[in-house]
Amino acid sequence: MLPAEIIFGLTGVGLFTLGLRATLLHGSLLARILAINVCGAGVFLMFVSIAYQGAAAMPVPDPVPHALVLTGIVVAVSATALALALGRRLRESADE
Amino acid sequence: MNALLWTLLDLLLAAMLLGLGWAAVATRDLKRGVALFIAFGLLLALAWARLRAPDLALAEAAIGAGLAGALLLAALRDEPRHEKPAAAHSRAGLWTLNLLSVLLAVVVAWALLCALEMGEGLRLAGAVTDHIGQSGVSNPVTAVLLNFRAYDTLLELAVILSAVLGVLALGPARRGYGLPGPVLGGLIRWLVPLLIVTAGYLLWVGAHAPGGAFQAGATLAAAAVLLRLGGVDRAGLPAAAVSRWLLAAGLLVFLGVGLSLAGLGYGFLQYPAGLAGGLILVIESAATLSIAVALALAYVGGWSRSGSTQPDSTQGGSH
Repeated sequence: MLPAEIIFGLTGVGLFTLGLRATLLHGSLLARILAINVCGAGVFLMFVSIAYQGAAAMPVPDPVPHALVLTGIVVAVSATALALALGRRLRESADE
Repeated sequence: MNALLWTLLDLLLAAMLLGLGWAAVATRDLKRGVALFIAFGLLLALAWARLRAPDLALAEAAIGAGLAGALLLAALRDEPRHEKPAAAHSRAGLWTLNLLSVLLAVVVAWALLCALEMGEGLRLAGAVTDHIGQSGVSNPVTAVLLNFRAYDTLLELAVILSAVLGVLALGPARRGYGLPGPVLGGLIRWLVPLLIVTAGYLLWVGAHAPGGAFQAGATLAAAAVLLRLGGVDRAGLPAAAVSRWLLAAGLLVFLGVGLSLAGLGYGFLQYPAGLAGGLILVIESAATLSIAVALALAYVGGWSRSGSTQPDSTQGGSH
């Protein structure tokens, strides 16, 4: 049987790479912001997979990566909001 | 048999995540891309639940799928074109990029498998389990966030605050929405009070079960997003002067507690025994309000043009 941490860890690798590739490829700012969010989700998935390793033997999986990823999710959404606001400002000044 | 079933479910979930992630970034239609991204976020929440990280599942469903999706949809509304321009890359460039992507994936996958191969290695999980009795809470994630690694969370609140200050500095609010139809209006009247009660519950329960300030703040912000969609331009936020204080409250209370403890001789953010639980609840309550106001303002996109949310006339339209 494939352990869950390997399945989801490799899924994380896949999401990280395809997100990064799309970030580099796309011209539209919004598409890039979306792609970098997918890329970040891949990184979180790898990290939490490592935390899950051997969780069957423990009462709880390692909570330290969980806390860090929780922080990461909130920081990612703040950064997304800032990037979108910058994009909006950029378009407004280009329109003038 | 049971293990085989789990593996099959894991593979199915992983395939759906990869498929949705790929479709979200590959589609030419941005609107479809955002919709797929929201679905991706919800499935990711399922993956967190599967990896026994319920705190992350709650945060992902509320923030990663919910608020990030709402932010992207709101940005899409301002976007004149929803079609991505056709990629103007040369064949050779595209192939180089694909080759490098595959190489990178192989290297990262190898590194990850090596890390998993190493087995237990250096883990802090044991240290957390050993000291959780002194942390004032029994949910290990909350103990890490608010006690063992409180510095990280303090600085994270500063990061959120500066991101929102950036959003506020960049211009006024986005266009508001019209009055809702009877279905959405009725739904909002039901959901908003329910969301506020849920936020209070998540804040309280975070001490001993999955939940906490981030999930509670995001749930409150979701109520603000709903109100805004229902035609309330200020999204239920108080006047600008009050909102500013609420925005800073999390960081101020956190710093205030830390500095007072340092002044009393305990060391910065070293909670005295017996008081830890209470202090964590005070900090989390302030942080919940700050996170909610920050995320709501980020969704609104700035101070509203109309009403008293606008602090002064200099904030008005673009030139």
